[in-house]
Amino acid sequence: MLRPASAHKTAALGLTPRLGARGWLSVGLLALIGGGGVVAHFAGAPFYVDLATRLVCLAIAATSLNLILGYGGLLSFGHAVFIGIGAYAVGIPSYHATYGDWQAIASYNGFFHLALAMGLSGLFALVTGAISLRTRGVHFIMITMAFAQMMFFFFVSLEAYGGDDGLTIDVRSELGPLSLDDPLQMFLLAFGVLLATLWLVDRLVHSRFGLVLQGAKDNDERMRMIGFNTYVFRLVAYVIAGALCGLAGALLGNFTAFVSPDMLDWTRSGELMFMVILGGAGTLLGPILGATIFVVLEELLSGLTIYWHLPFGALLILSVLFARGGLMAFVGRLGGND
Amino acid sequence: MTESLLKTVDLSKSFGGIEATRNINLEVRPLETHAIIGPNGAGKTTLVSQLSGTLLPDRGAIYFAGQEITRLSPHRRAALGLARSFQITSLLMSMTVLDNVALAIQAHDGHSFRFFARARTEPGLRRRAQEVLARFDLAQRAHAKVATLSHGERRQVEIAVAVATGARLLLLDEPMAGMGREESRRIVALLEGLKASKTMLLIEHDMDVVFALADRISVLVDGALIATGTPEEIRANGTVRRAYLGEM
Repeated sequence: MLRPASAHKTAALGLTPRLGARGWLSVGLLALIGGGGVVAHFAGAPFYVDLATRLVCLAIAATSLNLILGYGGLLSFGHAVFIGIGAYAVGIPSYHATYGDWQAIASYNGFFHLALAMGLSGLFALVTGAISLRTRGVHFIMITMAFAQMMFFFFVSLEAYGGDDGLTIDVRSELGPLSLDDPLQMFLLAFGVLLATLWLVDRLVHSRFGLVLQGAKDNDERMRMIGFNTYVFRLVAYVIAGALCGLAGALLGNFTAFVSPDMLDWTRSGELMFMVILGGAGTLLGPILGATIFVVLEELLSGLTIYWHLPFGALLILSVLFARGGLMAFVGRLGGND
Repeated sequence: MTESLLKTVDLSKSFGGIEATRNINLEVRPLETHAIIGPNGAGKTTLVSQLSGTLLPDRGAIYFAGQEITRLSPHRRAALGLARSFQITSLLMSMTVLDNVALAIQAHDGHSFRFFARARTEPGLRRRAQEVLARFDLAQRAHAKVATLSHGERRQVEIAVAVATGARLLLLDEPMAGMGREESRRIVALLEGLKASKTMLLIEHDMDVVFALADRISVLVDGALIATGTPEEIRANGTVRRAYLGEM
């Protein structure tokens, strides 16, 4: 799973694939996050467990965005909408299970919550994607943002669920023997989902489907001329990415035990883009690196100054100017992977 | 008449007040190499774009293998067996030569909604792609990124991709554009090798190439076809000489 992107070349030459600098960074990063969360728990540092859990949830969302942005070339500026849909898909059924009404969806069942989160996110992606993907470039950016803002105002207007004050989740999802009230179990669940997501995205991008998606990013006209309906491939990728991000939202909602429209504000979408582009769009682990840098810097800087977004801007400008392809590509170049 | 592979009926297209394509009745027979010649701005590329589906005609109809394709999208036409190569190289630049050809094969294999198996290690696709590359003298470059190839090599890949789709008709829009004599000769040899198995519609500037390769030639001037015939007929045609060949 962690074979670097160039592994297929060495494999084709009959050589044993080996980890390059990027591969080592990727393995190290995952080990650090996974190990860090567990160690922090047993070392009695719950703050760092929480930090790691939040990081992992955002990393799943960023990975899902990477599928369409990095591999599909689709600059979606509304990806956080799926985080919101996923989180409300936990919050609303749980709310009704506690306070009555809407018996049809009232439930604490976590499998139902996750299925609802992914199903509704996928459906929203299908409907909005079918329209958005008719456009290109700046128009695509604007229309995805517009759809996301529509949902933002929709949730703001839902007074029953707290409007823009948000909704506290009194009872978290019940997932079989797991208890999400336990920080370690919450963290391990999220980390497991992250690994599964990475595995899935890795398989996707190297499959026939994934090659068509990347081909369409490279040269859409050429792909159509050899007989691919690239629109359909993009739409399928958009739905998969939406559903995966909905899953991240369901986890994030459970983790914070709170849902609010702020989770799907357009600035949240911007942050996800920041993580993907800074870390390395179109590299498997780049978004994880980006999410890590984002969460760590946010933690460090927000303690020092309220203008903590400012260094992010500078960092993004520097990385775009000097590390084209993001930090992952930069490390790859230093380490000699193409 | 009925046996033609590609046929247009009164095909017309205007941009503003300019008629770029005027009542074109073109017929390409199975397995012939049909060349379209004409001075710059005669509407050659506009015509090819309508045939491949990137431009829709204002009037008229296009038939391919007995089926009307006038309003069909480009990918549907490609699926029917109509492949286009571009005057300005249009390939997947960040991918390898092998990827480019393998994707063209995959497109007509009909199974692209496979999400898990690794496509780059699928022997079926890759071996067939290697075979195509071998035929085009590109086997050595299989794993090179297209962006690193020379102009001439890219033109070869461009034709290899069109052939790899398994198309019955190749629309070759100036395959020799921007090439030196030596590279040009290589492409001509390649196309000669394809003549027996493929129908080709060749848009080309170089008259030596056209007269060497084409079975029939159509002459396009100011958006209209003024003559169609064998190379000898075209050479002897007075109107054509005045309108076009006189320039040379």
